[in-house]
Amino acid sequence: MHELSLCESILQVLEQNAQSQGYSQVKAVWLEIGQLSGVELEAMRFGFEVVTRGSLADGARLEIVELPGQAWCMKCAKTVQVKQRFDECPDCGSYQLQVTGGEEMRIKELEVD
Amino acid sequence: MCTVCGCGEGETKIEGHAHEHDHDHPHHHDHDHEHGHHHYGEGPAHAHAPGMSQSRMVQIEQNILGKNNEYAAANRRFFSDHGILALNLVSSPGSGKTALLTRTLDDLKGELALSVIEGDQQTANDAERIRATGVNALQINTGKGCHLDGHMVGHAMQSLEPADGSVLFIENVGNLVCPAAFDLGEAHKVAILSVTEGEDKPIKYPDMFHASDLMILNKTDLLPYLEFDVAKCIEYARRVNPGIRILQLSAKSGEGMESWYQWIRATRQIVMIDHPELLTGSGICA
Repeated sequence: MHELSLCESILQVLEQNAQSQGYSQVKAVWLEIGQLSGVELEAMRFGFEVVTRGSLADGARLEIVELPGQAWCMKCAKTVQVKQRFDECPDCGSYQLQVTGGEEMRIKELEVD
Repeated sequence: MCTVCGCGEGETKIEGHAHEHDHDHPHHHDHDHEHGHHHYGEGPAHAHAPGMSQSRMVQIEQNILGKNNEYAAANRRFFSDHGILALNLVSSPGSGKTALLTRTLDDLKGELALSVIEGDQQTANDAERIRATGVNALQINTGKGCHLDGHMVGHAMQSLEPADGSVLFIENVGNLVCPAAFDLGEAHKVAILSVTEGEDKPIKYPDMFHASDLMILNKTDLLPYLEFDVAKCIEYARRVNPGIRILQLSAKSGEGMESWYQWIRATRQIVMIDHPELLTGSGICA
């Protein structure tokens, strides 16, 4: 997808928080990435390494927590698990689903020096 | 404007002369192009915090796209303040986006104030095609970038200066993947799919069709020569987005174009709810 620009955004956030949070080096970054966010995790790891080179996060460890895709099935009136956006309800087979989780792309926390 | 701007050197170029304003941060401008393009990218903060050496955890809980979303929100506020209907047109390369747009501009320019932002990796060819219709257009070249973002559109607004109560078409880079995630501040994403492509594109690229409010099925004049299953295509689109509205048309023959114009008019009326002053005496609304 656009993992490289996402990694650039992450670096921007790290740099912007450096002053207010009082750190000069980032040793690890925890991300929460939803299964429906369209992010390719391997491309993310590669992009992160490339983008952070020579920055305050050079060599930082990237930890990615994957969050499951969830949707509200209008027919069953309950939350079900989905792997893709066009999945049918695993119980009733309806496509009338409203995605409720799994679209996250969040920087959760940092280990800093 | 540009109060939250991280302008620095980059590969993006925006036509025009939008950079007379002063920035109070390091800036790199490269004016070696005939149009005086605007270059920018990300600007490192190089922050230092002396005296801190103990490793510790910091909770930040920030959306990765937070910065883009801020730019998009600023754009949305601008559009709302000025009664501008902004539409983000997305599709694969070759779906006939520019042809649809030029015909639309030709047919509506007597009735509505219009302007266009053209996004492509390289060349100003599309903006020139648009300008040939007499409508104001601005080209953004994203360089290696695969999508427009909120920041680029915000800058483009400074040069383009769309009229109050107008309709702004933003033709995104031809790509059904990346532009889905980057909000530009538009009122609606409009996905254009042509019948020369596969009918399963909505489920091959579900994010884009999920993010769009309207799907236009273009080049319907070619249907007799193809094995494109329209019903199947519509069913796939509704699977990823049960609420999506679908229009079938041919920008070449003109069939179905009136429905698209009605959609634009109706959508613009919604924007006008907050701007009754723009509906009377402006000369832009019949």
